[in-house]
Amino acid sequence: MRSVALNTARRAGRRRSRRFTRRDLVVLVVLLGIPVLLDIVIIWGPTLASIGLSFTSWDGIGDIHWVGGKNYQNLVDNYPPFWPAVRHNLLWLAFLGLIATPFGLLLAVVIDRGVRFSRFYQSTLYMPVVLSLAVVGFMAQLVLGTDQGVVNTVLNNHENPIDWLGDSDINIWMMMLAASWRHTGYVMILYLAGLKSVDPTLKEAAAIDGANARQTFFRVVFPTLRPVNVIVGVITVIESLRAFDIVYAVNKGRNGLELLSVLITDNVIGEASRIGFGSAIAVVLLTVSLGFIVTFLVQELRGARDR
Amino acid sequence: MTADIRTTSPAARGRSLAGGDRRGEHPRRRGRFGVHIFLMAVSLAFLAPLLLAVYASLRPYEETAQHGYFSLPEHLSFDYYREAFSDSGMGEYFKNTLIIAVPAVLITLFLASFVAFAVSRIKVRGGIVLLMFFTAGNLLPPQVLVTPLYVLFLKIPLPWWMSDSLTMYDSYWAVIIVNIGFQLGFCVFVLANFMRTLPQEILEAAIVDGAGLWTQFWRITLPLCRPALAALGTLEFTWVYNDFLWALIFISNPDKLPITSSLNNLRGQFFTDYNLLAAGSVLVALPTILVFLLLQRHFIAGLTLGSSKG
Repeated sequence: MRSVALNTARRAGRRRSRRFTRRDLVVLVVLLGIPVLLDIVIIWGPTLASIGLSFTSWDGIGDIHWVGGKNYQNLVDNYPPFWPAVRHNLLWLAFLGLIATPFGLLLAVVIDRGVRFSRFYQSTLYMPVVLSLAVVGFMAQLVLGTDQGVVNTVLNNHENPIDWLGDSDINIWMMMLAASWRHTGYVMILYLAGLKSVDPTLKEAAAIDGANARQTFFRVVFPTLRPVNVIVGVITVIESLRAFDIVYAVNKGRNGLELLSVLITDNVIGEASRIGFGSAIAVVLLTVSLGFIVTFLVQELRGARDR
Repeated sequence: MTADIRTTSPAARGRSLAGGDRRGEHPRRRGRFGVHIFLMAVSLAFLAPLLLAVYASLRPYEETAQHGYFSLPEHLSFDYYREAFSDSGMGEYFKNTLIIAVPAVLITLFLASFVAFAVSRIKVRGGIVLLMFFTAGNLLPPQVLVTPLYVLFLKIPLPWWMSDSLTMYDSYWAVIIVNIGFQLGFCVFVLANFMRTLPQEILEAAIVDGAGLWTQFWRITLPLCRPALAALGTLEFTWVYNDFLWALIFISNPDKLPITSSLNNLRGQFFTDYNLLAAGSVLVALPTILVFLLLQRHFIAGLTLGSSKG
């Protein structure tokens, strides 16, 4: 009995290897090889190199000297913008995660219930997503500027205008609002796509069982959106950690708008060219990101096994 | 309505055809008025900055300087658009962006579809590892890669007909290849999810008919992925077009910068005409808005990601 089973298994294995002709193999190796190689050269190689550089005092020109954990120690002890940047990144994450993302979900649910002009609302709310953050940063100045900005004009405080973008206590909130402007539309469109593919019979069955709209949503519809939830969660986390363009467009990320991404850019391509030190900040950002990435991948892996 | 039907799921489509439009599905009309007020208010808030930029761009600087942006207009004209276009050299910059974005998006979509095909259609061994390898790569913060890539690109020589800087650094190739590498992960992830929902029987039938791997991919699978490819194409074009960081780091010659940097040319050293800048911003934003409006019908359909199976 056993040998028969082994034989069939072996035959199956042989059939598997014969699944591809030589030409097929060439296609497979070339077309899988190029993207894999590209990903190694562009993404993974540089990532490892960055980790290595973070233990050196390299300035980009001279020799590379190993300094161990000194960069990290300096970062924590004598680099004033570091902790504000960490705080701002976390604040950014909380703001997008707790306000912008749920708001996007709410909009998607409202639009999906089948209101008239839904296409118009959908396009309008998505519009900010296609704008360059450089443009968004400029628009922020138009709306929030001190001299002729609209908000100050409407508030009619010509004498003593509020410096929305310059005051280091307020400007980070304004930036997060501007970032949410784009984030909400993106989240909405993802949820809308997800909601459209929810089997309508599920909702009908829930209605027959006497569930009201809220119960139907939270107990029936929302759980089936799990794949979308995962994607939205990842996008929210990654976007908050990566945030860069908008503060850079407004004031190069200074004076209250410090973010980890800005500090890296300043150190690496700034005049000082403290590449080793900049890499250390990059590794901090990487560590935080990896925590979320691994969680996400474990989820995905489980999902893939179930399918 | 016909357009709407196409974007809904087959089940919903059947129901709409069976009678009753979408409104008829929801007997509870109470609160519909409130819903419209809510959506109107949110839409207005979302559009306001854009409308404001358009409005400012149509008015002379002296006028807004005196009365602020939030005032009634005395003169309206398109002069600033002409000026913004010629002063910033936007035509050239736009060409630069196209040189970067078009190949980057096409190559990314092509390579990503094949990886997705290998992982989710022919199920090569180690497919999940491959999927993780690409997806995780896409999630890394770009700043982590900056330094080594910068050094690497400075060291790669290119012949004069490929790059006038004679290195990978300060050439379009650098920005194109980084965009491809960085966007691959997201495309692989989305396309693999999409392809998983296609019926496997189509492929099996093709194999029985003796189709090779290339035919199975190019002739059988890709045409079925058109909705997902359209959605991804829209997203990718927007992202590459709007990219700010890569060009800032890998290009030093100002003549090669993409369009997003052209706005800086409209900023004076001592005085900035914000109305001119507004006209420039609207011009920069226009292509992505047009692409989205043209492809939006496919957009939602393509993003569905087969989540009904979840």
